Amino acid sequence: MTDAASPHPAGVIEIQSHYMAQVQRRRLYSGLTLLIFVILMVAGFNIADARNAGGFWDGVLNIGDYPAEVISEAWEKRADLPGLIARFFPALIETINIAAVSTIIGASAGLILSLLSTRGLARWPVLIPLFRRTMDIMRAVPEIVIALVLIFVLGGGPVPAMIAIAIHSAGALGKMFSEVAENADLKSVEGLSSTGATWLQKMWLSVLPQVAPNYLSYTLLRFEINIRASAILGFVGAGGLGYELRNAMAWGPGRFDEAAAIFILLFGTIVLFDQISSRYRNRLTEGQNG
Amino acid sequence: MLSVDALTKSFGSKRAVDTVGFTVDKPMMIGVIGRSGAGKSTLLRMINRLSDATSGSIRFEGEEITTLKGAKRRAWQSRCAMIFQQFNLVPRMDVVSNVLHGTLNRRSTLATMFNLYPQADIHKSIDILDRLGIAEQAAKRAEALSGGQQQRVAIARALMQDPQMILADEPIASLDPMNAQIVMEALRRIYEEDGRMVITNLHTLDTARRYCDRVIGMRDGRIVFDGTPEQLTTGVARDIYGAGADFSEAATSTEIETLNTQTAQRPVPA
Repeated sequence: MTDAASPHPAGVIEIQSHYMAQVQRRRLYSGLTLLIFVILMVAGFNIADARNAGGFWDGVLNIGDYPAEVISEAWEKRADLPGLIARFFPALIETINIAAVSTIIGASAGLILSLLSTRGLARWPVLIPLFRRTMDIMRAVPEIVIALVLIFVLGGGPVPAMIAIAIHSAGALGKMFSEVAENADLKSVEGLSSTGATWLQKMWLSVLPQVAPNYLSYTLLRFEINIRASAILGFVGAGGLGYELRNAMAWGPGRFDEAAAIFILLFGTIVLFDQISSRYRNRLTEGQNG
Repeated sequence: MLSVDALTKSFGSKRAVDTVGFTVDKPMMIGVIGRSGAGKSTLLRMINRLSDATSGSIRFEGEEITTLKGAKRRAWQSRCAMIFQQFNLVPRMDVVSNVLHGTLNRRSTLATMFNLYPQADIHKSIDILDRLGIAEQAAKRAEALSGGQQQRVAIARALMQDPQMILADEPIASLDPMNAQIVMEALRRIYEEDGRMVITNLHTLDTARRYCDRVIGMRDGRIVFDGTPEQLTTGVARDIYGAGADFSEAATSTEIETLNTQTAQRPVPA
């Protein structure tokens, strides 16, 4: 297209070839990335399949066996289900309580950590890496590990679970919060600085009004996640619905009706809170744009 | 070529565009003027099918536009390019990629998702950028450019669509007078050299006078003036803008030339 007879000035041809070279290089990189991704996926699958006790392809056909057993037994004893649901309801309340308290504590800690670790907003800019690494660690250690350690120290019950989930939430929310805060408009912060405001005043009066809808929305999302987390922590003896579920499942056939009742409760609760929070999150983010 | 008939757009009980009708039989440069909220943008957006008409019809070369759906609607949109006040580019992508977005309707979705465009298209887009005088910016990110440059990138994207018609929605409202002039001259050249129809919303009278062959004045959703720039007297302009006797054309001007005369005549503030 750009031969010697081209009517274009030399400058344009140079720009074109320069840009084409750049495009070629970019395409090469994305091709390589794709290749590496595919290789990793295939290799990973093969390793997992080889290490699996029974082999993936043999096991995948039996995947429906356990649920089928649970459902058939629960169906036989369906008359007992309402009574069982009522019996496990207090355990569900305990699970939701653990999630709610840990979300509130985690979000408060995350809020403070996020403001301290955001460039341009931090109280002590030198300490940003310290706060960031603290959040990394809080986020990196799985809830179940923290819970196990705390149960060993404090004994079983809801308090270790609550602390474990709060620590993880603080790390995860702090990271998300600080990403939101990074995009906050600094002009109003400068405006408050010019009036002689303290750091706390600037954060509270200028940054928070901007980021509050997003923060609330992330906190609601975290609450959903924490309900699931607190149910799972019951498995290691932290009380709540998970504890009952483990007991029911460990007994095996004969108590599958209890397991089914707990599954129904858990599933219903998660769907309910999911719906409520997604409605509020939509409203929060839309309200911000409109 | 283009005929609009009894076109209406209602938002609730309010009629943003109210039984608007006009015909254009050959490519020309048309300016639509009126104050904000007069329905200028809504009119252009309906022609491009960014928003649907409540009733009425738009015909282009005999084809009914308002009822097009799906792929046909998107094909129409690629034939009638749109330029926006705020440029509406993808800020984090480079200039050439932004211009290549003009070919999206012609290329497969998968190829464009991986940014795979034919070399001929890439060369063509740089040629267009050169024609608009910004070829040196080709590899930069769109967000790194000034407002006037970004608007020219938007015009390049429109030209890449190889459209029969270009709709410009207040293309110069967020530009300084110097850049406004460059952009308006570019639009005029597109009409004169390529013979494409250009319909542009403007809110300043003198720009419409200077660059357009035909001026349509809108007020409260209705067309209140349709004629040549010469027919656009100060009296008619007052009518379009709903202004009183103190209305002066220079007050709405963005042209550099009028600035001098304006400062001389401006009354001393109380």
